[in-house]
Amino acid sequence: MPALPVLSIVIWLPILAGVAVLFSGPARNASAARWIALAGAVLGFLVALPLWFGFDRGATEMQFVEFVPWIESFRINYHLGIDGISLLLILLNCFTTVLVVIAGWQSVKVRVSQYMAALLILSGMMNGVFSAMDAALFYVFFEATLIPMFIVIGVWGGPNRVYAAMKFFLYTLLGSLLTLVAFIYLYNAAGGSFAIADYYQLRMPLAVQILLFIAFFAAFAVKVPMWPVHTWLPDAHVEAPTGGSVVLAAIMLKLGAYGFIRFSLPILPDASHLLAPVVVGLSLIAVVYIGLVALVQADMKKLIAYSSIAHMGFVTLGIFVFNARGMEGAIIQMVSHGFISGAMFLCVGVLYDRMHSRMIGDYGGVVNTMPIFASLFMLFAMANAGLPGTSGFVGEFLVILGAMERNFWYAATAATTLIFGAAYTLWMYKRVVFGAVANDKVAGLKDIGAPEMIVLGLAAAAVLFMGVYPLPFTEVLNVSVEQLLGHAVQSKL
Amino acid sequence: MSMKLLYLLVPVAPLFGAIVAGLFGRAVGRAGAHGVTIAGMAISTVVSAIVFFDVLSGSTFNGTVYTWAVSGGVRFEIGFLIDRLSATMMLVVTFVSLMVHIYAIGYMRDDPGYQRFFSYISLFTFSMLMLVMSNNFLQLFFGWEAVGLVSYLLIGFWYTRPSAIYANLKAFLVNRVGDFGFLLGIALVFVHFGTLDYLEVFAAAPDLAHATAWTTFVGWPLITTICLLLFIGAMGKSAQFPLHVWLPDSMEGPTPISALIHAATMVTAGIFMVARMSPLFELSETALSVVLVIGAITALFMALLGLVQNDIKRVVAYSTLSQLGYMTVALGASAYAASMFHLMTHAFFKALLFLCAGSVIIAMHHEQDMRKMGGLRRYMPITYWTALVGSLALAGIPPFAGFFSKDAIIEAVHASQLPGAGFAYFAVTAGVFITALYSFRLLFMTFHGAPRMDEHTRSHLHESPWVVTVPLVALAIPSVYAGWAYIEPMLFGGFFGGSIHVLPEHDVLAALGEGFHGVAAFVLHGLTTLPFWLAAAGIAVAWYLYMLRPGLPAKIRDAGWPVYVLLDQKYFMDRFNDWFFAGGARLVGRGLWRGGDIAVIDGVLVNGSAKLVGWFARVAKRFQSGLVYHYAFTMIVGVFVLLTLWFAST
Repeated sequence: MPALPVLSIVIWLPILAGVAVLFSGPARNASAARWIALAGAVLGFLVALPLWFGFDRGATEMQFVEFVPWIESFRINYHLGIDGISLLLILLNCFTTVLVVIAGWQSVKVRVSQYMAALLILSGMMNGVFSAMDAALFYVFFEATLIPMFIVIGVWGGPNRVYAAMKFFLYTLLGSLLTLVAFIYLYNAAGGSFAIADYYQLRMPLAVQILLFIAFFAAFAVKVPMWPVHTWLPDAHVEAPTGGSVVLAAIMLKLGAYGFIRFSLPILPDASHLLAPVVVGLSLIAVVYIGLVALVQADMKKLIAYSSIAHMGFVTLGIFVFNARGMEGAIIQMVSHGFISGAMFLCVGVLYDRMHSRMIGDYGGVVNTMPIFASLFMLFAMANAGLPGTSGFVGEFLVILGAMERNFWYAATAATTLIFGAAYTLWMYKRVVFGAVANDKVAGLKDIGAPEMIVLGLAAAAVLFMGVYPLPFTEVLNVSVEQLLGHAVQSKL
Repeated sequence: MSMKLLYLLVPVAPLFGAIVAGLFGRAVGRAGAHGVTIAGMAISTVVSAIVFFDVLSGSTFNGTVYTWAVSGGVRFEIGFLIDRLSATMMLVVTFVSLMVHIYAIGYMRDDPGYQRFFSYISLFTFSMLMLVMSNNFLQLFFGWEAVGLVSYLLIGFWYTRPSAIYANLKAFLVNRVGDFGFLLGIALVFVHFGTLDYLEVFAAAPDLAHATAWTTFVGWPLITTICLLLFIGAMGKSAQFPLHVWLPDSMEGPTPISALIHAATMVTAGIFMVARMSPLFELSETALSVVLVIGAITALFMALLGLVQNDIKRVVAYSTLSQLGYMTVALGASAYAASMFHLMTHAFFKALLFLCAGSVIIAMHHEQDMRKMGGLRRYMPITYWTALVGSLALAGIPPFAGFFSKDAIIEAVHASQLPGAGFAYFAVTAGVFITALYSFRLLFMTFHGAPRMDEHTRSHLHESPWVVTVPLVALAIPSVYAGWAYIEPMLFGGFFGGSIHVLPEHDVLAALGEGFHGVAAFVLHGLTTLPFWLAAAGIAVAWYLYMLRPGLPAKIRDAGWPVYVLLDQKYFMDRFNDWFFAGGARLVGRGLWRGGDIAVIDGVLVNGSAKLVGWFARVAKRFQSGLVYHYAFTMIVGVFVLLTLWFAST
């Protein structure tokens, strides 16, 4: 049976749908744009399902591989394939795309077709990042994702959107240019190959490894973002429209962590081990420092943005303790953070659409007028605080176990998130949702309608399912993580 | 197989009720909500009883329900360990919960959040059952945090009250401090034992008795570290000093949940956990000593606070803190069975006292200040008599249940040889006098003397409806007999079998058992010892101060003003915590944000480099002035420089 190029479909279907939306007509016909976008997003998710069901959980090699020569003079190939790590991130991306299209249904009123198109095209490109097995192809997708996000923030964003969009763009571009240099070095070192698998076989002296590590680190650490190169994120989130924030938090941040997993660790194991204490240190600073900073934010979006950074600290921590539980925990945390922070931004979006304010001080007693919303928001807040039974616990738990295997103090510092995470999330929840009705605007609030209910309900189902029964998620990871760690623990000097 | 389904039914029946009442509350209505949850609880209680007698007949169960996750070759599972310890807890939890469910029909009758309330308490029961039935540390932590969640939701049940939403946030965060230690303890167990299964860990523990924790920089003794970390969790959940601060404030929740969660069940989770971990704690005398001393501090100093409270619920709350201290002391003395015994009797008489307080509060139209009560005995006879039973049990007067369990603890501490046992013995003995004093102060101020409420309230006073009084009577019965009926099997009969492990050199209960010659002799012996006379003295003093000379307490208060302020301000711990921890965290956070993120990272590094580029560009652009003589001059300079260099090199 000739295998369908599933991965290509998963990448290009959303992009083509995006182009179709773009050409669906003038801005007046927003309704058509919305429906085409929704169809594209749902179809995009459906075509990704065969990846889940057809994935061989026991296989050690990449699956759904496609190989077409692209630029033969440089031996650049259109080479796709996924392992369990990519699989989860692709599914998360397709799922999130459906959510953001519905979430933007009513709240985006200008240039609807362009907005939807940008989101769909972005979604396809990120699938490309997660399935590229060729470094040049990876780099093209990786950089290309900047453009639609830049537009989404710059066009549909808040008052200070231009500063935020520029900051986002320059910050991330600066980092990734060094990555390009690293790729070119690896291309030569591998005898003229962009195949990532070839890089895994390279032996390089420590000094070279360290330089390459720094080059990769510049790109990936900015993307995650790690302290101290995180300051673009709060600005970007605050100015971005709800959908942009959701995609940014749920998927784009993961590109950085994915880069660490796919490139830094297996290609440069010696440098990674040598520099791991630094990365772990930065991750722990992210957990504690950022946790405290999140506590004092007056702007809900900024608070959630900072909380995102703290949670991503767990991801980088898990990656750089070099054991199975840390790594699997990191990946689970990525997926879970996608659901939770996405949902948290959606919740703020729900409030913002009604009150046009993100400031905590403008709220109070929302539960009195929006009880259904308050219940869902409570669930996500608790998930954000890492409550067992929600997906937020699974990743943190595994990472803390992994960290404990390496060093007691790593685990102890990371575990402070139990206190800080609960403090900043629930304190915000208390001030926004609980209490007596604070003002006339809150008194006039209407509870969530059908589209919002669908979006938040889907996210809630995902958060709960993953928290109660994470086995299916860990099952697809076990072999892939084992493979990866196999590369990461052997010296390649 | 059929037994496993039966075990599963115990937690799932309340969960089903919680889901129906919670998600479809509007559809099923009020009667539907309490109907489905009470039916679920009834099933759960009956099945727990069946399981209990099955376990008594000798069967135990340890098995997996489902695999939660697999990571790095280790399976994390959800499963049950049904032995005498968990079966006892299941029975206590389901019985008290069922009583509270019924009681709530009356207590919550006029509340708009009726369905939500029933959903929460059923969800709580589900979580608590998962906690006690667990066969591994992971699920223990699940239940541990889940009961914390429901406690949070219930303390803040009346979410428009500022005090309620302050209290629930505080409760959650203080518990999280405990959970921080607890989770680290679990992680340490996992790293060194390679499993989270109780029985596997317990089996391997003796071999690691002298191991050091290799993940730390210094060579900490492994078992001691694990036990102390786990105990930090217990200090949060079971409100031990200094993590007790959340429990008095938790009284903001509706009274039925104060009875269920903050007296009978959830707060005893820490006690249960340490008893469950007895094979680990037995290996560390250091940890046992810490447990003993912390428990003793809590038992004595929290009891003192109960003396100055005027809110009826807060008196009972401080009493709960103190009694939890007694249970903890017993754990530290390795008298786990005595601790569990007191846990059980306390669950009955303290739930009873809370529900009595609730009955009074309904009658008083939600007035909780005892200074505005008095003489209620005549209007609410059933509430009065059951409250009297509860108070006698709490004060430790024979033959009520509390006498037996408390006396056993005091004797056990007396026999203990651990460092700190002397202090603990003093604390628990002195505590007896104070307990009797505040219990009967409550009883006299509320039910005796002249009525002090306004005329309107007084004219409406009447006994509560049967849904309230039936649970009172049902809880009063075991408060009377559970002591003498169960002391022999539970303490000296090896009731807990293999589920509690005590080293021979720590086995204080065995020593007590040798001197135990039946219940009657135990009571007679008790009548000759100090604790009984202290309890009697406490009651007498309460009678003297609050019945005979009602003006005297105010004079004592004025005479000992600094002491009164210290007690009234709860040793200033709340203020310190608010100022130091809450304020400090905000201060540091603001400093890091403004100083770190805004000033240094964004100000200097990010925008600074942007400015640097801009400055460089401004300088560089001057070279491109567009004036030909500038370019010509620059070119000539350049040619000279190049020529000079060329000549110099040749």
